[in-house]
Amino acid sequence: MENLLEVRDLKTYFYTQDGVVKSVDGVSFSVRRGETFGLVGESGCGKSQTCRSVLRLIKKPGKIVGGQVLYRGRDLVKMKARELRKIRGKEISIIFQEPMTSLNPVLKIRKQIYESFEGLNLSKQEKNDRAVELLKLVGIPMPETRLDEYIHQFSGGMRQRAMIAIALGSNPKLLIADEPTTALDVTIQDQIMKLLNRLKQELDMSVILVTHDLGVVAQMCDRVAVMYAGMVMEMTDTVTLFAKPRHPYTYALMSSLPDQSKRGSRLEPILGSPPDLGNLPQGCPFAPRCKFCRDICKKELPPLVEVEPGHMSRCHLKKDETNFSGIISVPDARGRKY
Amino acid sequence: MNRLNYIIKRILQIIPVLLVVSILIFLMLRFIPGDPARLVLGEKATNAEVAAMHEKLGLNKSLLEQYWIYLKGILTLNLGDSLKYQRPVIDLLRERTGVTLLLTLVSTLFSLIVSFPLGYFAGMHKDRLGDHVIRTTALAAIAMPSFWVGLLLMIVFGLWFRVLPVGGWGATLPDQLKCLILPGITQSLMTSALLIRNIRNSVVEINLLDYVDFARSKGIPEGEVKNNHILRNAMISTVTLLSMRMAYMLGGSVIIETVFSLPGIGALTTEAIFSRDYSLVQTLVFLFALLVLIINLLTDILYSFLDPRVEF
Repeated sequence: MENLLEVRDLKTYFYTQDGVVKSVDGVSFSVRRGETFGLVGESGCGKSQTCRSVLRLIKKPGKIVGGQVLYRGRDLVKMKARELRKIRGKEISIIFQEPMTSLNPVLKIRKQIYESFEGLNLSKQEKNDRAVELLKLVGIPMPETRLDEYIHQFSGGMRQRAMIAIALGSNPKLLIADEPTTALDVTIQDQIMKLLNRLKQELDMSVILVTHDLGVVAQMCDRVAVMYAGMVMEMTDTVTLFAKPRHPYTYALMSSLPDQSKRGSRLEPILGSPPDLGNLPQGCPFAPRCKFCRDICKKELPPLVEVEPGHMSRCHLKKDETNFSGIISVPDARGRKY
Repeated sequence: MNRLNYIIKRILQIIPVLLVVSILIFLMLRFIPGDPARLVLGEKATNAEVAAMHEKLGLNKSLLEQYWIYLKGILTLNLGDSLKYQRPVIDLLRERTGVTLLLTLVSTLFSLIVSFPLGYFAGMHKDRLGDHVIRTTALAAIAMPSFWVGLLLMIVFGLWFRVLPVGGWGATLPDQLKCLILPGITQSLMTSALLIRNIRNSVVEINLLDYVDFARSKGIPEGEVKNNHILRNAMISTVTLLSMRMAYMLGGSVIIETVFSLPGIGALTTEAIFSRDYSLVQTLVFLFALLVLIINLLTDILYSFLDPRVEF
């Protein structure tokens, strides 16, 4: 399958008064046409900054200091602002976590949705029709009336739907969804995820889905990258990740999930807390919390290597030491039966 | 229709406020020690003369009756005569209110012209050199008393460079506007500084919000991001501050007009107070209160256009 987006060794640093915070430190991944790619990790691991870096939405004191973001072979990092504007919205759109703060409170939805038609050269009537159509598409009832309302008149779920409608305004080929359901309750979360899945198929889009919820990953994604401390720790297809995780961090994440078969037993947390990105320890960033930590882990950062075809992991442990059992069992490695 | 109802409601709300204001002004003047009749007539006046003056000024009537006459006067614009000028108060107001309004307007305009670009620039270049220079200058401007700045400007532009009049009033509108430049700058200095700081902070805050990023992610021109998303939202808190400052500048005209010898109601108030011209004072204070209320009303109406979250 063709790669729509290729991120290579992306580095986004924040130059704060307390020193350099390496939010994104050498992240590489690719998104194929038509797939949903998951970026999963704890809060503050650099998922969101990776997404923002793709569209160059990083603000001072942050800066993209290295790497490439290739969209259909063109590097967005080096691109002129004028050119980038033709990519933003038209080729790649983004939706954010908190729908209340992601939409302008003083502009009508109509105005904000019209802005996303930038470059389509539509007449007034066409704009209106398209806006109504988009709101219908994302399941907002009475779109004609709602177009002339403000965001404070929308409920949380409707706000997120409105944001998705706006993001889809110019038919993007890639939608970056930065924790689109974190601020919503579970039932609405499910509706929004189903909506994203449906839209992806109907509109033939690729999706980058950022989440900290492994359940959402299992439900939505084709392939996943697990991030920690601004780096990709493990990357593979979703089924393999849940069946045979190869990185101790992924394994620890899965062990911390509640399990039906172990009812009554205690949950197994990952001890310690995520590292301070401005002051990373030498060696593997996960080493201080890792149950399998060795001497070398505290000294050298392991490289991200292919442990199986299409399965990358960043760990010093030898191959036969990382035969962790996943939380699903798959009879035959590639089947989607779980 | 909703908005019209809101505006009508707000106008009606002014009436009780004005009533309370009128009572306060009336009582305050009555509680000042000393007999106005004696003050007018001088120390050597006989008791009979004072009594006659009481009769003439209506001071022998009961407080309630006096208040009623005062209120009726305001409503019918029959405001009596000024003791000092020996002319109807209404004529004085007619001549002089315009000057003060024009001064306030010019000052407001100056503040807006200066503060929006500077505040926006500082906000967008947070913690860089330009931001520091603008913020420090603004802080200095806040610390300087306006009468002193006024005198300084007079010396520089009036005496050294001789480009602008140091005071007084012109006969034609262009001349009058020229006379308002230095007072306008003086008056607007502190307001500009406060507005700059407010706009700068709003811009810094808003620029961090996701809707600005979301707007940028649509690929619209940067100018539209600034106007529709950043400035449009920064204006909301700015308008509130500006209306408070306009009310303050109206009051500040008392000082500025005296320093620059402008024939406005600010200077008139000073003169009226010094000469115990009670009918003039009570009308002027009432007029100031009315103007402040009108500014507030206009702000509220403007606000309802700027911020859709305002409940009608």
